[in-house]
Formats: sequence, C-alpha cells, structure tokens
Amino acid sequence: MWGYLIRRILAVIPVMTVVAVVVFLILHLNPDDPAAIIAGDQATAADIENIRRQLGLDRPVYIQFFEWVARLVRGDLGSSIFLERPVLHLILERVEPTLALAISTTIFSVVLALPLGVLAAWKAGSWIDQAIMAVAVLAFSFPVFLIGYGLVQGLALEWDLLPVQGFVSITEDPSRFLAHLVLPTIALGLVYTALLARMTRSTMLEILNEDYIRTARAKGLANPRVLLIHALKNAAVPIVTTIGVGIALLIGGVVVTESVFAIPGVGRLTIDAVLHRDYPVIQGVILVVSGFYVLINLLIDLTYTVFDPRIRY
Amino acid sequence: MSNANVSAGAPPPAGTPLLSVRGLETRFFDDGMALKAVDGLSFDVARGETLCIVGESGCGKSVSALSVMRLLPPPPASRVDGTILLEGQDIRALSEREMRRVRGNSISMIFQEPMTSLNPVVTVGYQIAEAVRQHEGKSWAEGFERAVEMLRLVRIPEPERRVKEYPHQLSGGMRQRVMIAMALACRPRVLLADEPTTALDVTIQAQILELMRELQEETGTAIVLITHDLGVVAEMAHRVVVMYAGRKVEEASVGDLFERPCHPYTVGLMGSIPELGSSLVEGKGPRRLAEIPGIVPSLRAMPAGCRFAPRCPLATDRCRTEMPPLEEHRPRHWSACWHWERAQEAIHVHA
Repeated sequence: MWGYLIRRILAVIPVMTVVAVVVFLILHLNPDDPAAIIAGDQATAADIENIRRQLGLDRPVYIQFFEWVARLVRGDLGSSIFLERPVLHLILERVEPTLALAISTTIFSVVLALPLGVLAAWKAGSWIDQAIMAVAVLAFSFPVFLIGYGLVQGLALEWDLLPVQGFVSITEDPSRFLAHLVLPTIALGLVYTALLARMTRSTMLEILNEDYIRTARAKGLANPRVLLIHALKNAAVPIVTTIGVGIALLIGGVVVTESVFAIPGVGRLTIDAVLHRDYPVIQGVILVVSGFYVLINLLIDLTYTVFDPRIRY
Repeated sequence: MSNANVSAGAPPPAGTPLLSVRGLETRFFDDGMALKAVDGLSFDVARGETLCIVGESGCGKSVSALSVMRLLPPPPASRVDGTILLEGQDIRALSEREMRRVRGNSISMIFQEPMTSLNPVVTVGYQIAEAVRQHEGKSWAEGFERAVEMLRLVRIPEPERRVKEYPHQLSGGMRQRVMIAMALACRPRVLLADEPTTALDVTIQAQILELMRELQEETGTAIVLITHDLGVVAEMAHRVVVMYAGRKVEEASVGDLFERPCHPYTVGLMGSIPELGSSLVEGKGPRRLAEIPGIVPSLRAMPAGCRFAPRCPLATDRCRTEMPPLEEHRPRHWSACWHWERAQEAIHVHA
C-alpha cells in the first residue's frame, strides 16, 4: 500500500513534466510576440527589444525552459503581464469560489444522483424509472448557461428567493456564502447529476442480475439491504470513477458558470487572461488545474481499495 | 450401479413431508408467448430425507427450485401455479414480506456457482451474520459468533480467521462450504441444493457431498438435491425424481430406480455414464458409452404426445400422439411411459 502510494506520487513527475512542456510551448508556439504585448500599442521597436532582453526572451528556448521550470519548482509561476502581480497570488485569491463551487456541485450531484439511479434500476421499466431517465436526458441536453439564466430569471429575479449573482466568502458570512452558491451549483450540477444517475442506473442494473444478489435475496434479506449493501457496494468502483471524471468535466463548466453568475473565481481569471492574452496567467492556471486533476485521480485510485477488497496495490 | 443401495444409507424415516409440491407449473412470458418451463411437477420431501431431481440442462429443475423459493422475476415476467406446502403452510399465499421471513430461515438454497454466488466485496462472516441477524434478531456480535460456529461446522479450518476474509481469498470448495454454512445458519427445515458440486473438482465434490450427508444426519434437514449427475444421485438420494422437458417422467426410491428403471429416458441417462469394471467381467473390451440421440425439445416447440418420443428408441405412433400419464407401475414407483415394461431394452438399442 505505502509502496504503491510512493510509486504513484513519483509517477506524477513525468505527467507534470509533459504538462509543463506543453504549457511552456503555448507561449512560444503562438503567433503573438509577448514582448510586444507587454510593451503596449505605443511602444517603439527599441522598447520591445528592451523588454525582450529584460524577460530573457532573446535567449535559446531550452535555457528559457529550464529557467522557467526552476522558478516553478520554487513556487514562482511568474507575473501577470496586465495586473503586474505574481500569478500564484492571483490564483490563490480566486481559488475559494471555484473550489467551493466544485465541492458543492459534487456533493449536490452525488446526493441527488445516487438515490435516483438506484431507484431507477430497482424499478427498471416502471414509470418511475422512465420518469427519472426522461428528466435525466432533459437535464443532460440543456447547456449550463441556459439553465443558469433560467434559474436566475425564476428564482432570483421573479421570486427574489436567492441572490442573483456574486460571491461571499465563507469567512465573511457562512449563510450568505451558501445562499450565493445555490443557483450556480444547480446550474452546473444538473448535467453532472444526469450523467451520474444514468451511470448508477446502468451499473446497478448489471449488478442486480449477478448471482450474489440472488443469494442475498435467498437469505430473505429486505430490499434496502440487498440494494444498498450488496448491490451498491459492488457498483462503487464504476460510480467513483464517474465522479472523478465528472470533477474533470466540471472544471470546464466552472468557467461558464462563473461568467453567468459573476463569481470572481479561477474561471473568470482564466477568461480575462485569455482575452488579454496574459500568457503567464494562462500558463499558471493550466498548471494548477492539471495538478489538481492528477491529485483527484490519485485519490480515486486509492478509494478503489476501500470499496473492493480484491484490489490491492 | 450396484453401489447405489449401499451408499444411500438407511431408508428415509416415515412421516409427513416437510415440503410438499403439487402440480407446480411455471411459465415465462416472452414477447406475449407463454413458455411453460415446469409442467405439473409434484414431489414430497420428509425430514432427514434427500430427494434428487435429475435431468438434463433446461429440463426445468432449477426453475422448480427457484419457483419454490419465489425467486423468479415477478409477474408479468413469470407465473407460478400449483401448491407449495412448507410444513403444511401454503407459501404461495404468503405476502412478499412474509416470504422473506421464510427464505433463508425455514427453507434455504445453495447455488451452483460458488465463485459468483458470494458477494465479492463483503466478508464471508458478514454474509452469514446478516442472515442470522435478519431472522433471529441477533446482534452483529452474535451473528459473527454464529458465523464462526457455522464455518467450524462445515469443517473450514481456522474459522476465526476465515470469518474475516473475502470470498476471493477462499478456494472453490471452501466457498461452497461457506454457501452451505450460510444456508444452514438459521437451521432451515428444507435445503434446496441446485447442482452444488457441478462447478467443483471431483475430489472436492466428494467432500462436499459427504459434508452434506453428515450435516443432514446431525440436523435432520430435508434436502432437495438438483443434479444432472447420476453418480451424485447414487451417492446421495433416498428418492429420485427424473424430469424431462418440464415434466416428471419417473419417480422411485434410488434402489428401485437403478435396479428397474421404468422410463427409457432414465435408462438413457444411465447408459451415458461409464460403468466401472463391467468390461473386465464381460471380457469384451470397454463398453461403448451410449448417448441419448437428439436434443431436449425447445419450450417453443414441444412435441405432441410423449415429449421424449422424438429421441426414444422405443417410440411408437401412440407415443407421438398421446401423452402417457404418470402411473404407479410398482409400489411407490411411478413412470410416464406407454412402454414402461420394455424400458430397459432402450439401453440395448443404443449399445
């Protein structure tokens, strides 16, 4: 187990190296000249040349790469061209809303999707199953921004139940923090809930045909025990995998959701950086998100051993 | 098959049957078509008795057991008719909730595949304990104590350690022992065993059968043993029901059946197992194994008349048009054949 953990952590190094190379190349394979962007519209050719030398952009690419990596290792992600502040600080300032949204969406989806998926599988073919699956298809088919604007229009503008947009830090006011999360969570989470519910249903359906389910019923166990202990525990590995994949998909959805609800998170930071061609910020965000994703994958692989005793590392 | 009389032990004790099945009919519905998998099956098992139901795959023997346990897909996918009396109580009249109290408690079932019939992600101790908890209202601790006790009963070494293990940590034979332990944990009156040794090595098979016989002597459980293997029948049965294409074609005590089979199908089954030593006695080289020609008819296309007629060497025009009734041709020996007196000739036709 510990050996496996160490091997897995070491395996992060080549993955992140590939990510670093790709991220580095973004700057060098694009048609824009970073020095020209930083120098601004009024700059003369001499100004641009000056800036290029200052930033070391005139040196060979491989030397730039190693210097860049050396800074990364020390936690220096560079500075924003526009905001002229360290990228790491910018990301850390924006990380709370994004993380809060990702976590609340995951919880919302899992809590809603698992019971619905199990119920649909148990009542397979009945009207309950058909209703759940019809709603799932519907939820899956609507784009996030459409659901978001619909919710804002109904719940926030018409009935004034919830705040329209924005974000309040949990340290500032926990109840307003939650109120501001409700609409973005639903908007972002519905698609994900639909995906997870369908996945849970199909996995459970397969498992309910297994011999050991028949054994469990032959023992005279009641349905909840058969479903939740004998079937769901066997479905856990594929379900957890889907949750993991979902967290990755969520990162894309977060960008849109943060725009719709004007949440000052990493998604907004990314959009702004892309619009301004603020390369150090774009690079920093990609690196941090990739690292986060690698971490999630590691955690998911480790949870497999909890759910399935046959998996031993 | 002269060893049949010897190994089957003492004749079954008399008494009212613990499980009595009358006119069992099981239908499956597929595309609006009713397929009758079991057609009018009746049998009794008494305390301490072993009844073997024997037949080829697809003859309805497993479906019969699942019908008794009420473990088939619920209507409209299937329909069960007939009377199933467990200790005099008609279990077909029970609600699903009441039936759950019966399952695993008064009547248990062991399945063919020990590899897939145990839950892979739950410890074997838990799987035994939960049944005890369910039926006897015991605590988890008491349930696990019973689990250890049951594992010891089925001769699993180091039960205290094994109880915490998962099925994949056990061998096939061990897993079937666990299945037996689980089935017997609440001391059922009747045990339905569906091909319990088919998936196991021959040596392990013998051990499991031996174990079942010993446990039966200790507990007096009535056993319905479903098998396709006449060797197992000879080893275990007191009485035998032979099924063909959903119907009972012969029933007799194990001795009678092997000595004077009254149905050509039974004779055919016997012809397809090797007989040890026969060739030496006759001195004519090894006897050729006979096989029953043809295949079991499909549920969708049952022949008129006797269902075995298309494969039967004795079949006449009457067999092909009129279904022979099940009749008691000798005391406690029934068969459904127009030519039951000539049934034993069937083997000579093949051989």
